[in-house]
Amino acid sequence: MSSDKPIGINYQEPPVILIEDLHKAFGSNRVLRGFNLKLWAGENLAVMGKSGSGKSVLIKCIIGLMPIDQGRLIVLQRDISETRHHELDLLRTQVGFQFQGSALYDSMTVRENLEFPLRRHLERKIPEPEINSLVHEALEAVGLLYSIDMLPAELSGGMKKRIALARTLIMRPKIILYDEPTSGLDPVTAKEISQLIIEVQQRYNTAAIIITHDLACARIASNRMIILNDGVNYAESSYDELAKMKDTVVQAFFE
Amino acid sequence: MIALFNTLKKFLLATGAVSEFAARYFREVFFPPYEFKELLKQCFLIGNKSFALVGTTGLIMGIVITLQTRPTLVEFGAVAWMPSMIGIAIVREIGPVVTALICAGKIGSGIGAELASMKVTEQIDAMEVSGTNPFKYLVITRVTATTLMVPVLAVLSDLISLSGSALVELMKGGVSFELYFSRVFEYLQFGDLLPSFIKTFFFGFAIGIVGCYKGYTSTKGTEGVGRTANEAVVISSMLVFILDFIAVLVSDIFYEL
Repeated sequence: MSSDKPIGINYQEPPVILIEDLHKAFGSNRVLRGFNLKLWAGENLAVMGKSGSGKSVLIKCIIGLMPIDQGRLIVLQRDISETRHHELDLLRTQVGFQFQGSALYDSMTVRENLEFPLRRHLERKIPEPEINSLVHEALEAVGLLYSIDMLPAELSGGMKKRIALARTLIMRPKIILYDEPTSGLDPVTAKEISQLIIEVQQRYNTAAIIITHDLACARIASNRMIILNDGVNYAESSYDELAKMKDTVVQAFFE
Repeated sequence: MIALFNTLKKFLLATGAVSEFAARYFREVFFPPYEFKELLKQCFLIGNKSFALVGTTGLIMGIVITLQTRPTLVEFGAVAWMPSMIGIAIVREIGPVVTALICAGKIGSGIGAELASMKVTEQIDAMEVSGTNPFKYLVITRVTATTLMVPVLAVLSDLISLSGSALVELMKGGVSFELYFSRVFEYLQFGDLLPSFIKTFFFGFAIGIVGCYKGYTSTKGTEGVGRTANEAVVISSMLVFILDFIAVLVSDIFYEL
């Protein structure tokens, strides 16, 4: 583990995400074949793997967008496969998801995009001034307050990623799932996003699973890494430890 | 033979899938949460943004039909029948069908492309993780809006078409608007108005459900967005003709009674 990483990881309490022997197939294509994972509170975990290795499928299973075929998937002490729809909605208030393409609603302004989960998720009616202040705070956290009345079409790729992160943060999640947070960005913006992920971890004390191809992102933003290969966790350690491994599969990611 | 069997199988599977989608609409439309705000927004978008096109087409249709028909009626000395004939033709058949076809082109393709694009860019998934049922928010509101707004547009189109026809009669035959419309409504009966009004609800539902089904189930990436819009127009236009055929057959049974 890098020495400059924040020391806020809580190993005393049960893991916020526990995955045991997870299987997921699409027809004859067995994507996950007994995957295991433990994510501790306050920890950033990067999952790396080849394209089509099931990384995105993994986090879609975690958030309940895809059903699992076999295994145990416990998120914040709740078994996802046994959680009813209403309970799943409540659980999703505590688990943020940042989509690969940002998934901002095209027809809504940045403000409306941020307000959307607040208005929809929470059963209590939030007063307008409180909504306004939460929107401002989330946009300030990602440094894009000036874009509040812009439409997604007017934003650059990096700005969209930041706004999507602000939309996730507005619900004050305990866990954030990042799906390729730096894909399609230039190296400078990608580094900024990676640093933003660390800032979010420190400021909001969140745990995160970061699905990425970007080695630099994994190095900057994660405390621990898992190499996903052939549907299982092939190797698991800190960036520095994995970089030293002689294994050819692991080294293929570092070369 | 195998190709024919496969095509038939594909058609039946697609019909089954659309029927299941429509059944889900009826299962969910009556139960909360209700998305009234989004429904009103969609009604406004569909009604307001289609009115100019539907109105213009209706006006031209009324003028053209009258101009085309007039010489023949003059030749047979039956020009006095023009208002009632045009009135019945437009209200019973031409107005609703043409309006539905325009809506299939404009609204059906728009809904298909919008939802397919949202699917491709994961906006529908984002909606689901934001605690919103995307089927209720996107599909039910749009299908209900088309079901409610196509009849309104059809009635407006009928009135504009008749006004266009009346304008021709005023210019060519010196018939006043008042006289023209009194002749139109003299021969139009409740039995003409009701079936044509009812069938427009079915047209609207078909346009909405096909557009939403194609968009919501689109799986072929960005390439699929254009294809979805195209398929939504083709299928909903065909459904408009099929529904019209059924409506005419059914209403004919009632006329004979």
